[in-house]
Amino acid sequence: MEILSIDNYSVSYDGSKSAVDAVSLSVSQGEILSIVGESGSGKSTLLHGVLGLLPRGAFTRGGMVLFGREVTRMDDRERRALCGSSVSMIFQDTGRYMNPIARVGAQYDEFLRIHGMNDRQRRRDLQREMLLKLHLTDPERVLNAYPFELSGGMRQRVGIAMAMSLKPKLLLADEPTSALDVTVQAQVIRQMLELRASTGTAIVMVTHNIGVAAYLSDRIGVMQHGKLVELGQTRDVIEHPCHEYTHGLLDAVVEIDDERLIASHG
Amino acid sequence: MAETLLALRGLTKIFPVGRHESLRAVRSVDLTLKRGESLGIVGESGCGKSTIARMVAQLTEVTDGQILFEGRDVTRLSRSQRRELWRNVQMVFQDPYSVFSPRMTVGDFLTEGLVHFGIASRSQARDMLPELLGRVELPVELAERLPHQLSGGQQQRVVIARALSIQPKLLILDEATSALDVSVQRQILKLLMRLKDEMDLTMLFIGHDLAVVRSVTDRIAVMYAGQLVEELPGEGLREQASHPYTRRLLDSVFSTGDRGRKQIAIEDLSLIDRGRRMEGCPYQPRCAEAQARCANECPRLRTVGDGHGIACFAREK
Repeated sequence: MEILSIDNYSVSYDGSKSAVDAVSLSVSQGEILSIVGESGSGKSTLLHGVLGLLPRGAFTRGGMVLFGREVTRMDDRERRALCGSSVSMIFQDTGRYMNPIARVGAQYDEFLRIHGMNDRQRRRDLQREMLLKLHLTDPERVLNAYPFELSGGMRQRVGIAMAMSLKPKLLLADEPTSALDVTVQAQVIRQMLELRASTGTAIVMVTHNIGVAAYLSDRIGVMQHGKLVELGQTRDVIEHPCHEYTHGLLDAVVEIDDERLIASHG
Repeated sequence: MAETLLALRGLTKIFPVGRHESLRAVRSVDLTLKRGESLGIVGESGCGKSTIARMVAQLTEVTDGQILFEGRDVTRLSRSQRRELWRNVQMVFQDPYSVFSPRMTVGDFLTEGLVHFGIASRSQARDMLPELLGRVELPVELAERLPHQLSGGQQQRVVIARALSIQPKLLILDEATSALDVSVQRQILKLLMRLKDEMDLTMLFIGHDLAVVRSVTDRIAVMYAGQLVEELPGEGLREQASHPYTRRLLDSVFSTGDRGRKQIAIEDLSLIDRGRRMEGCPYQPRCAEAQARCANECPRLRTVGDGHGIACFAREK
């Protein structure tokens, strides 16, 4: 079942060059799709467009259909009704979106309450259950902490826990592991796979890390200068890239024991 | 055997945190760097790798231990002695734009070091611009530009050119390619390798990306929570690395080759920051092979093979 379908979608600012240029793709239930590309390729703009999070003055064309409804025609109320319960988003640094002077637990609780969970005990149980699921073995400590008291990796796990609490059908992830240490990144990736397995959530992730995209995704899309230049099954894109740019991008990735680089200084 | 250029002996840095606490950012590190060699220091954020670089470059004071540069202790220098050291030790940082003065042209920025150290007059230095820019594969026209008119990759090339303009004996690169897009990163790494060969550079390359550090260095030192846990030749990294933390780092690298095949072992993240506060091995709370003594005693780096040292009780025979 298709839950997101993007058709010939473009985003531009003051009518000049397009940040996103005629992109078409669709996402099915339970699928993990990664969009890779270098900075300025429009990959984050595309993701923000799904939730209508584009800055004021952005001009969009084409179709963006989420759960069968056109995003550009939704008013704020309709859109807000979808956020959190049907679609969730996580960002590069969840800590930056938290209130620095409120405890993590209070913010988590407020989030659940706003989305209509009225039973206080149920909210409390759900928070603990989600944190444990994300392998934060001491949920009380996490909930009683202020955001700055947690490490970046722990905050990111809290962000994912919140985003997944209401079992959304679609999770949008904008460079979710880029600010994390590599061992923590591995943990977060494992968790995203576990959540997909347990709730059937579809994930659209934007990343510049091609190794991570290759590990996690069913399909990979490659963006360059706002255009989606390649889209296909992960295996095909990595092993038999069709577009010249994808070739170059894969070629540029530095691998452990990178023969070509090491040979140059033998 | 080439002579030793830089030697760290029991190098320690303690930062005061609040009134009664302190943070051991670097704990008794021993490392040597030979002339013409390229040494990499890898580790995650907060492991102390940048603090070491900053101490060597005289940007952070040393708490304890020694830094021997050409056999001379440079830990307690006067201002003029420090300036003399900077003539020989240059550093390149992660964000090139922050190094520039926004209204200074690239040409003025590039020649500043030459003029400052009295190596060339202002006009002589300007004549050297084609050579300085050519060395980092940039056209001479860029000399008239302002820094914001350059791309990130070009900016980092200019910063490298400036560091090399005074022909330092040691070049320190602290996450110098981490903020760049992959294609640009690869070009800069290639450039560094070429310059290393041509100018016989001695490099200290600090980074968090194992693959990147490995690609440009002869030897790798792995740090965890202020401690040097393993040191080994670059070519032995994948097969010979055996400290439990180094193995975990290697397992955390995602290569385009291992799609979905690799298993990621679950870890409890709340244990990570516990290691620092203890007397014993900082990795002990996370370590699957921890023994009883690991909690109370800190293992020291022991040689286990040619150029290969490990600080781990579980690896002692």
